[in-house]
Amino acid sequence: MKQAPVKAEHKIILNWINKDASLLDLGCGDGELLALLINERQVHAQGIELNENSIHRCVAQGLSVFQQDIDTGLSEYADNSFDYVILNQTLQQVKKPDFALKEALRVGKKVIVGFPNFVQASARFQIFFKGRVPVTKALPYEWYDTPNLHFLGIADFKDYCKKRNIQIEKSAFIRKNSRIKLFPNLFAEIGLFVCSH
Amino acid sequence: MEDQKFVTVNKLENSEIQTFTFGYPPAELILESGEKLGPITLAFETYGELIAQKSNAILVLHALSGDAHAAGADGWWDSLIGPGKGLDTNKYFVICSNVIGGCRGSTGPSSINPKTCKPYSTDFPIVSIGDMVNAQARLIDHLGIEKLLAVIGGSMGGMQALQWMVSYPERIQSAIPIATTLKHTPQQIAFNEVGRQAIMADPDWKNGHYYSSKVPAKGLAVARMIGHITYMSDASMAEKFGRRLKEDKEPFKFGAEFEVEGYLHYRGDNFVKRFDANSYLYITKAIDYFNILNGNKNLGNIFRGLKAKVLVISFKSDWLYPSYQSQEIVKACKLAEVDTTYCEINSTYGHDAFLLETEQETQLIKHFLNTASNGHNGVKQ
Repeated sequence: MKQAPVKAEHKIILNWINKDASLLDLGCGDGELLALLINERQVHAQGIELNENSIHRCVAQGLSVFQQDIDTGLSEYADNSFDYVILNQTLQQVKKPDFALKEALRVGKKVIVGFPNFVQASARFQIFFKGRVPVTKALPYEWYDTPNLHFLGIADFKDYCKKRNIQIEKSAFIRKNSRIKLFPNLFAEIGLFVCSH
Repeated sequence: MEDQKFVTVNKLENSEIQTFTFGYPPAELILESGEKLGPITLAFETYGELIAQKSNAILVLHALSGDAHAAGADGWWDSLIGPGKGLDTNKYFVICSNVIGGCRGSTGPSSINPKTCKPYSTDFPIVSIGDMVNAQARLIDHLGIEKLLAVIGGSMGGMQALQWMVSYPERIQSAIPIATTLKHTPQQIAFNEVGRQAIMADPDWKNGHYYSSKVPAKGLAVARMIGHITYMSDASMAEKFGRRLKEDKEPFKFGAEFEVEGYLHYRGDNFVKRFDANSYLYITKAIDYFNILNGNKNLGNIFRGLKAKVLVISFKSDWLYPSYQSQEIVKACKLAEVDTTYCEINSTYGHDAFLLETEQETQLIKHFLNTASNGHNGVKQ
């Protein structure tokens, strides 16, 4: 394993997860978080990822991963099959986030959601003063090549959870790789939540 | 095409070939059909060394036209098996045996029936994928191996891997079914049936009793040609042949004029030299009857309780065994909570990709086997 420093968001997720838990990571990418959780928490983990190259990198790390489009659902899994389902940096990229989250909440006892806060201050600044769709360190994509299909802020997500009767058990907000507490909707680059029904 | 007779055993030029014979009467192998078959000879080859703990054995399972000669010069999966390759023979002891019903050294319709001292021909009993696997299990017993590190195969080889997962779940540590299916579909059966009809329509087939005369070469060659079309893809054929005409095109009508025609003729004629028409009939029937769901209506129950790790691989351009069929396998694994990895490799080779797209396949298999033998590879335990 490369000794890359553990990202703040991964540290927070790690602290939320119990030892020996069962876990499904939707959109697990190269498996960085999964490998960390297996090492540190001995979780029984399964990843789902669409990108073939990412699958190769996961298999190279000894992870079990399915190549699958999350938008097709998780119908093979019974209710509450996993202690945790992780949707980290995934929700904004799926076609049907409402459906994905509903499925995640069905098969997982708890769902960990992490997404970029699209309404943070520097983004607002660019929209307001430059009249341009924001491109920042935390939101690095140009409009024409972004994998992000949905743009939400921390307040939007909280409103959504209220509307769908989803409990937010825990939350954490990150700016410049550190945890922040004040005015997250304005300052946070990443929002992390533990949700349940 | 020159006339030729088909002689089976002792014809294999390769010196590495070994044989194992079992099931002498009255202890014949009882087939899934209820019939008895024995004695049975299996031709097999091994590569690499079996370590003292006997924990590094991998059984390679061949497809319809394959045989025990998987690695080395002209080995059908030489790109994957050997020192430093996907199935690294410096680390693993690799075994490959010819299936029963085959014609490359194992007992099949061209073998001598001890009761009549003549080739079995169509008196050979119907064999299934399950029977092939039961015979392989006897070979593994014979080699003193309790548990295989892995079973691996593509196409019909993948069916055998799935069958191992069901028949001998406690004897495998991992399984790698590639470009395969839980059951043959009508489209897949249809292609096989056209092949069989081509053989049976050949006047030289003589209801299977041709061993003392000319073999049904035309029919078998046509069957092989149909097979080859289904193993390629539109893109791979376009790339390989285009609409190019053959250089030595004959000056009269309906000879092989396009390169693709010449290729199919060549493949068909070559196949006749090494394959028995009756074996083609028996093995394609075994494939068509294959249905791992047999008697088990619930997809989630097939692999229930399986502790082995599974790696399922499919190929994007494979229209004979399309990815959705591999996804069904994955679904069955998920429902049974089997530790599974699935990857659809991007390839234009069609079904043949499992033999040709070995770079990607090698990476996946190599790492997967590391994990299967050591726990999580690269992740400290």
